[in-house]
Amino acid sequence: MQTPPHPAPASLDQTSRPAPVALQVDGLVKTFEGRGEPVRAVRGLSMAAHQGRITALLGANGAGKTTTLQCAQGLQRPTSGSVRLLGEDPWQASAQLRARVGVMLQDGGLPQSVRPGELLRHVSRLYADPVPLDELVERLGIGPFLGTGIRRLSGGQKQRVALAAALVGRPDVLFLDEPSAGLDPRSRNIVFDLVQQLRDSGVCIILTTHLMDDAARLADYVYIVNRGTVAVQGTVSELVSAEREAPLVMTVTLAPQDAHRLREDPPWRTPRFTDVTWSVKDRTVTLTGPLDGARVREVTGWATLDDRLPEALSVQPRSLEDVFLEVSGGDVR
Amino acid sequence: MSRTQHLPTAGTAPQSHQLTGSASQRPRAASLSRRVLAQALFETMTMVRNGEQLLLLVILPVMALVGLTFTDLLDPYRVDGASRVDVAVPGILVLCVISSAFSGQGIQTGFDRRYGVLRHLSTTPLGRSGLIAGKLLAILAVLVLQYLVIAAVAAWLGWRPSGLAVLGSIPLLVLVAVTFTGLGMLIAGTLRAEATLAVLNVVWVALAAGGGVLFPLTALPGWLSRLVALLPSSAAGELVRECFLGTPATLAPLLVLGVWAVLSWAATVKWFRWV
Repeated sequence: MQTPPHPAPASLDQTSRPAPVALQVDGLVKTFEGRGEPVRAVRGLSMAAHQGRITALLGANGAGKTTTLQCAQGLQRPTSGSVRLLGEDPWQASAQLRARVGVMLQDGGLPQSVRPGELLRHVSRLYADPVPLDELVERLGIGPFLGTGIRRLSGGQKQRVALAAALVGRPDVLFLDEPSAGLDPRSRNIVFDLVQQLRDSGVCIILTTHLMDDAARLADYVYIVNRGTVAVQGTVSELVSAEREAPLVMTVTLAPQDAHRLREDPPWRTPRFTDVTWSVKDRTVTLTGPLDGARVREVTGWATLDDRLPEALSVQPRSLEDVFLEVSGGDVR
Repeated sequence: MSRTQHLPTAGTAPQSHQLTGSASQRPRAASLSRRVLAQALFETMTMVRNGEQLLLLVILPVMALVGLTFTDLLDPYRVDGASRVDVAVPGILVLCVISSAFSGQGIQTGFDRRYGVLRHLSTTPLGRSGLIAGKLLAILAVLVLQYLVIAAVAAWLGWRPSGLAVLGSIPLLVLVAVTFTGLGMLIAGTLRAEATLAVLNVVWVALAAGGGVLFPLTALPGWLSRLVALLPSSAAGELVRECFLGTPATLAPLLVLGVWAVLSWAATVKWFRWV
């Protein structure tokens, strides 16, 4: 019923085909029955993730991303709708299917009383052809704390152990729930490089994050989830691009001597700017909307009426964060 | 996937981490028996290495055994020339099972659930059923260790059971283990970890003291004994005592235990929350 949301990247090679779909979610609904009103965590969400791509789910807390992932991982049973992971129903996944899927949970999922080395050795015994542990340990820099109890590790160290446990079975599909939580910048680079290399070697990577920088840096395709459904989707450049309705952000900070003009002669009192969003904070005016040369000239002219240069003046594309805040507007819980 | 494949390494072209076609048709998970055995080993190691667990699993039962043998608490229940240790050992063995299957594994599972360990392992080739099978096997492995320790201490105290009684006690203790694992899982899978810890410890003490485990039902006042007779702990105690003391076997405790086994596992399957 739904076409894959995005075609393969344009390629000169005519023989290249669209990447195969690894995860297909159609009309997913998940309702939790509780003591009070049933909670509708996911309300008709559809998405797809492809092999060799990094697909990101963005959303505020409670938007439904983790529940969607849990349905895709076979941890929750959908109330209705369909979820196909590598062509199978994840709730009834065979051991062979689970062996092709690596999962890194938000809180790690690590037993507290064992050491990373013991845990990784154990997890690797569940697979027929695991990645040699030495290699994982080296790539993720786990060596120095291999023999320290997991309870005593820092958040970033636990995070790397959890990633190693997710990778040990050479997954075709990798789920990462908030992968950079607690990572210092260096560990973050190690993890991101590895994730990008896995993508390049054909792994389907599905991640959730609330860090827009992470999504902008990693994701090939983004779904912004709000109130249990997909609000906006596209590549990062599509989401922030000039072809969309509110493409540009212009910021002007007036010189202190000119600040009075904001009260006496507000620049938005002209019918020519009705489709632009304005916001004012102290001496800074921010316009978001379809800006063109004429409009930028008009605002610049207004800002330099007394021939003084404003303190700051910039025009730039919207960031992913702008899009995110716009979509999840007042719903951030 | 061939043995030579590794993770892609920095600075080199991506390895052929082949994902589609014939490669994915090959088995990627270890065999079922290997998975379950690996989990059983891991769980056993975690259980016996934990100091608090060891106290619950071995030290308290051994102390109870020695205490009951050197005091006259059990004297009223000695029949047909049975010694104190003869009357004590069956109850101690049942206490061992309750320690490992109910309290020990229940508490461990409760915290595993809290830390997401159950969620993570159920997404691996092990899966939910493999996880439960691994836990049951681990409980049986711990039970073997407990049996050996208790038998050694009891032998030193003069315990000389018949080979037939020892053989007969094994399937009975396995049934007791299965029942109490079901009950422990039910609590661990429905309550918060801290509540699980509290409930399981309190129930352990209550069952040990007045649940018909160490002392026969006849030790209790009539109205209470009729109530306690319906508990799985007293049914287990009666069955194992009958087995070792050679008193005629009765059907009622076996029925009580069987009903608890079925009910606890049915409830666990229905209400256990993995997430």
